[in-house]
This record gives sequence, structure tokens and C-alpha cells, in this order.
Amino acid sequence: MAEPAIELVGIDKRFGPVHANKDINLVVEDGTIHGIVGENGAGKSTLMSILYGFYHADKGEIKVAGKPVTIHTPNDAIAAGIGMVHQHFMLVENFTVLENVILGVEGGRLLKGGEDRARAQLKKLAEDYDLDVDPDALIEDLPVGLQQRVEILKALTRGAETLILDEPTGVLTPAEADHLFRILGQLKAQGKTIILITHKLREIMAITDRVSVMRRGEMVATLQTARTDPEEIAELMVGRRVLLEVDKGPAKPGAERLRVEGLTVVDEWGVARVDNVSFSVRDGEIVGIAGVSGNGQSELMEALSGIRKAKSGRIVLNGETIDPVHEADPAKMRQRGMGHVPEDRHHLGLVLPFEESENIILGYHRRDAYGKGFNLDPDLVRADARRMNEKFDVRPANEKLKTANFSGGNQQKIVLAREMDGEPAMLLVGQPTRGVDIGAIEFIHKQLIALRDRGKAVLLVSVELDEIRSLADRVLVMFAGRIVGEVPPETDEGDIGLLMAGVTQKEAAE
Amino acid sequence: MDLAIVYSILDSSVRLTAPILLACLGGLYSERSGVFDIGIEGKMLFSAFAAGAVAWHSGSAWLGLGAAVLVGIAFSLLHGYASITQRGNQIISGVAINFLAAGLTALLGKAWYGQGGKTPQLANEARFTSLTLPGADAVKDVPFLGPLYSGIVSGHSILVYVAFFAVPFTWWVLFRTRFGLRLRAVGENPAAVDTAGISVVWLRYAGVTICGVFAGLAGAYLAIAQSANFAPNMSAGTGFIALAALIFAKWNPVGALGATFLFGFLQALAIPLQGAQIPGLGWQVPVQAITASPYILTVILLAGFIGKAIPPKAGGVAYVKER
Repeated sequence: MAEPAIELVGIDKRFGPVHANKDINLVVEDGTIHGIVGENGAGKSTLMSILYGFYHADKGEIKVAGKPVTIHTPNDAIAAGIGMVHQHFMLVENFTVLENVILGVEGGRLLKGGEDRARAQLKKLAEDYDLDVDPDALIEDLPVGLQQRVEILKALTRGAETLILDEPTGVLTPAEADHLFRILGQLKAQGKTIILITHKLREIMAITDRVSVMRRGEMVATLQTARTDPEEIAELMVGRRVLLEVDKGPAKPGAERLRVEGLTVVDEWGVARVDNVSFSVRDGEIVGIAGVSGNGQSELMEALSGIRKAKSGRIVLNGETIDPVHEADPAKMRQRGMGHVPEDRHHLGLVLPFEESENIILGYHRRDAYGKGFNLDPDLVRADARRMNEKFDVRPANEKLKTANFSGGNQQKIVLAREMDGEPAMLLVGQPTRGVDIGAIEFIHKQLIALRDRGKAVLLVSVELDEIRSLADRVLVMFAGRIVGEVPPETDEGDIGLLMAGVTQKEAAE
Repeated sequence: MDLAIVYSILDSSVRLTAPILLACLGGLYSERSGVFDIGIEGKMLFSAFAAGAVAWHSGSAWLGLGAAVLVGIAFSLLHGYASITQRGNQIISGVAINFLAAGLTALLGKAWYGQGGKTPQLANEARFTSLTLPGADAVKDVPFLGPLYSGIVSGHSILVYVAFFAVPFTWWVLFRTRFGLRLRAVGENPAAVDTAGISVVWLRYAGVTICGVFAGLAGAYLAIAQSANFAPNMSAGTGFIALAALIFAKWNPVGALGATFLFGFLQALAIPLQGAQIPGLGWQVPVQAITASPYILTVILLAGFIGKAIPPKAGGVAYVKER
């Protein structure tokens, strides 16, 4: 039998008090697709960064094809035949594809020779694998699927035999993800080894040969994919049984709570990000907006919550007409009973250096319950924070702790507690489980469904199609700022995927 | 207007453009690498002082130039140490250098030479004087082109030619060499450079060092080519004008030539206009209005007449690996 492509022996890494990798052993067989799963902070990315020479392990040994190697820098990794496709692409956006490919391996002081060589190499790779990209296109003009392809090409032109992909499908449409998996299949057929880091169990089941599960810095198991199931992997990841399926009864929609008519939002360059969008949400239902990130969902949420002025259109909330062009005001929208869980909790949802009790009332801090007039009474605020922490299971239940010290899932619970505690008639929720671990996902989903069952209206924006399909009662699909279709949540994932890629329902039917 | 006046304005424009252009190209190398350098003004002042002092003591313009360049590099490395190695705030570090330069050069000047902060007047041998290009005298009388060559192209100090030659050279370095590709990349996305196995820190130090060389050339030009000694605050905002020009130029060397020439031209225009009457009104043009015009233009242009200027994306931000 061939030597394993990669073998990690006793890898140990600490970042200050955080023990990110505890004595990790891993064997990746040659010519296989090996999945690595684990919750956020389980140490997957740290481990792979050590393998790629981005970090340096405190202890342990790396073997490539049976031979011990020293990897101190990415250069060493590249020399050992290891390539990496990072979650956030390592591309220079205003460079061409060709310039990005040769960066670091120019092959001489002048660019000319290296460029010509890389051009020929790209042509060959395009023929060998399904990896066609225009070498002279600027990265910023390419869709993310193609940008990712450039990352793969970068690794291959550097002679990678083992390719590490870190959460590669987060930014892709289902169709693009399928294409990526086909490419990975072809690479494997040509004898390359692939390490796939992901938190999506479906992907693990679909394309990996073996899967390793990490939890809290430890490698807890390596399994043959064919001999396991998502439930077993999830249990290993979390350390207890988790419910993967969302448990929810049929919706009992009531009266119309929110109506949006002809809403158009333009960006600073005058480009329409939300283009003449109309829809409505009724009490007691969750309306999901599916779409690939960057198709206007963020701008729609910002306009609805009053953060951003619209160009034109009308919002009707609780029967009251609001002019989103002149009356954009987040505080007033809150008073009208519109809660808002922003998509990016670090950017819009929380002030990370604040103590937890301050964040959990932020935006609602003018209430008399927190002090009279100008005063804010810390004792009253903290008492209320303790109540909410218990209600929403925020851990650690310490309202005096700095918000930055909470895990992603618990930070999200803080935002959720703040926005849901006042029982808003209408709740806007953006990416409720982005960067949230499985256990907290289960809790957040339950809360949203409970809110719906109490007769409240929920508008959910998520780029996770699985999440939309399991939570929403109706699904709207956004593409290039428009709503291109409305489908029931049971609709086949491939069909929704086509809509997300801009193929209209009529075209799809033809 | 008399053609001779036009020629003389253009001639002055070339002279006045040179220091702005040198400073602007220096800023370009630094900012393309992702390090904003508001301290160019201060470095020019330090370099001018070094050039004036060393040229006087040694009697050699070349030693003065060498000292200016070394001083420029030294303060660039200081800025680099603060902003690259220590990941400090680049603006604050630059402002600190400016304050230090304004105060320290005047103080040292007063203490050492006792001429109100000035360095002693240099003899022509210790300065960079005008060069007459080959054939300049021969073609002098050829109509139109003759004076253009002999009057405007010829007759400048060597540093002027260095400044203008540095434009195509910088373009070639940036867009045709490995170093240029990496320099541009590190100012846009240092993480991409790091993962490609190239040192971000080294590249950024290279960028600021080259900036120091150019600031040194610009400073030397002020003290020992344009003038014959150092005078306190003689850079008079040239470094800041150069940074403004860098924005109009959209961080492109060819654009830098155009932008700095515009400023040089405006400054040149101010010379004959001083004391001139506004036709028909009989008012004298206030000197202050003329000398202020380049700065007013800067504000107007920056307020939105130049289209969108997108700076290097990672500019001003120290590079830290995740975590």
C-alpha cells in the first residue's frame, strides 16, 4: 500500500491560554478526499494552517508521503506539494488572473517569462480539468465561483499534490458547489489528495471517502464515510445527541403584518442593489429570502430596518404607511414593533468591547425600566440582563463580562434576546446561525419557530439554503436585487439553486 | 502674451515640478506597499538640512546629496519601525516626524550656524548647478523648437532630470518586474502575499526605504539645487502637495507626472502674476491669492473633480495574521 499523502503526529498548538490543537494525530491516505468537520473553534483551521506553514506547531511532526518534513512557512508547504484554498480568498482583487497565479512564483526578476509560462500552464490545466478561466480577466470582475477556481489554479500551478480547501462552499450557489465537487472528483481521479474542511455534513456525506471529527481542539474520531451517518458525526462534533431536523408544525398565517411595495435601494455609486421589490409577510409565518450572498439581501434588510435610505417605494407595517426614502429611522422602526437581528453581528449587532448587559439593551436603552430621564441605572440594566440571559440560555450567564469574550453562538443569542424579548410584532432576522455552533443553531431555530407559533411575523434572510428550507413557510429567491421567484420550502434544492443563479422560473420550465 | 514669458513660465514649471514629483513618486512606492506616509514633508526638511550642512562642510554637492538620501532613509526606517514592526498608527508616526523635522532642523541650524536657522550660503561648486544639454546652444535660434529645447528642456540641475526620468523607471518597476508585482500586491492584500510565501514585512520596508530615497532627493534639490542653503521650513508644504498629487494621480507614476506638473505650473504662474494688474479693473492681484492658488486648487480637485480615486486597499493598516 502507498504511503499516506499526509501524516500528522502529535500536533500541539496553544494561542496564549487557548489550547487550539491538543496532540492531534491524522492520517490522510493518498488519492482520497478526506473531510475534517468540527464546530467553530474546534481547531480545524488552526490544524490546516499549521500544515500550510501559516502557524508553527508547538510540538509534533508532519510527514508528507512518509517522509518527515519541516514546514515553517507557506513556501515550505508549497515545496512539499501542499496547496491551500482559503475560506477568504487570498487574491489581489485589482490584479488579473494571471498576475495572481504568478505572484510568488514569478520565475525571475522580470515578469514577462513567468507570465508566458503561466499562460501555457493555465491552458493545459483548463484542458485537463474542468478549470477554464480567462487569464486576463480582473479578479474583481469575476463571480466568486470563478475566483475560487483561480485559487485552485494557483495551488495546481505551484505543483500541489495535496489540496486543502477551507469551507469552500460557503459563498457558492448549489450549482457552483456541484461544479466544484465535480472538479474535486476529477482531481482525485488524477491521483491528487484533497482535504476538505467544512461544517456541512451533507457535503461530507456526498464526496468524502473518510472523515475526521474535531471537538475542542481534539481529534475525536476518523471514520469511513460510507459506514457512518450525519447523526453520528453530529453527535461526535457536539458531544451529545442533536436534532438535525427542525421540528415544526404547519404555519397558521393571520393578517398581513408587513407589506413592501416597489422598494428600490441604490448604493453609493447609484447602482440599484434592491430593484423594485414587493412582497408581504403575515402574522404567524416565516418568510425566507434565499439567495447567494451579495444579491441585495443586506440592503433590503437595512432599508426595512431603517438603517439605510431607500431610493423609492413604500413600506406598510401594522397598517401604517412608512416612507422609506425620507423616514428611514431605526429607532422609530423599533418603536413600531420591528425587531432586527442584523446579518453581521460584529459590524451592526454588537459593540464588542461593551459589557454584555450593555449590549443586551442597546437600542432599547431609552426605556424607563432602565432609569428615569437621562439616567441609566446599571443595577436595573444588569438585573434585566440576568433575566434575559436565563430566558435565552446565554452562556456564561455573566452580564458583566466583555461581549467579545462570548462565543459566536452566545453572541448571537445576546442579539436575539435583545430583539425578541419585547415580543416584536415583526422580526427581521439576517443569517441567524452564521458562525454559530450546532448546539446553538438548534436553540436559535427553536426560538424562531416558537415566535412564529406565538403569531408573530418573521422575515428570514440566509445564504444557507438548508436553513431557509427547514425554517421558512414561504421562500422568496433574490437575485441581482430582484425577487425572481416564490416557491414553497419543499421545493427541490436544485430548482431553488437555479433561481438563485438567476435562471427564472419560466426559463427553467422551458 | 509674449512668447518669451510663456517659455519662462514653462521653464519655471519644470524647476518647480521636480521636488513635488520626487516626493510624489516616493509616496507612491510607500503607499503602494500599504504604508501611508504623511511624513514626507518632514523627511524632505531633514534631508534638505542634511544636504545644506554636509555640502557646506565638505564643499561637495554629491556628499550633500548622499547625506540627504541617508537621512531620508533613516527617517523612513523609523516610520517603518513604528508602523510595520510595531504596527502603530501610520498617520501619527508621520505627523510626529513632521513636527520633529520642523523643530529640530531650525534648532540645529540656529545652534550650529547662528544664521537664524539657515545653513551657510553655498558656493556654486558645492551645489548642483544648471547643466547645458548637448546642442542646446547650437539650436537656440531655430524658430519655436530651438528655445523649447535650449530654454525649457536644457538648463536644469541634474536632479530635475533624475526626477523626470524616475517616472518611466517607476512605471517599469511597478508593472514589469517581480518586485513591482509584489509591491502592488502587498498594498492591496497582504494576506495573499503572505500565503504566497513572500514576506510582507520585508516588502513594506522596501517600499518605505525607496520612499526615503526619493524624499532625500527632493530635500537635496530644495537646499542645494534650487537654493544655495537650507532655510527653516523651506519645504513649505511641498510634501503635502505631493501627497495630494498622488491622489489625483490615482497612485500611478504617469498620472503623478501630470498631477505634479499641474502644481508646478500653478506655482510658476504665480511668479509673473505677482504685482500684475487685473485688466480693466486696475486692481493689483494680491500676492497671497496667487501663492495660495495651488492649495485652493488642491481642495477643489480633491472635493470631487478627479473622479473616484481608490487608494491601495490595505493602505494604512498594519498586517496582522489572523488571531
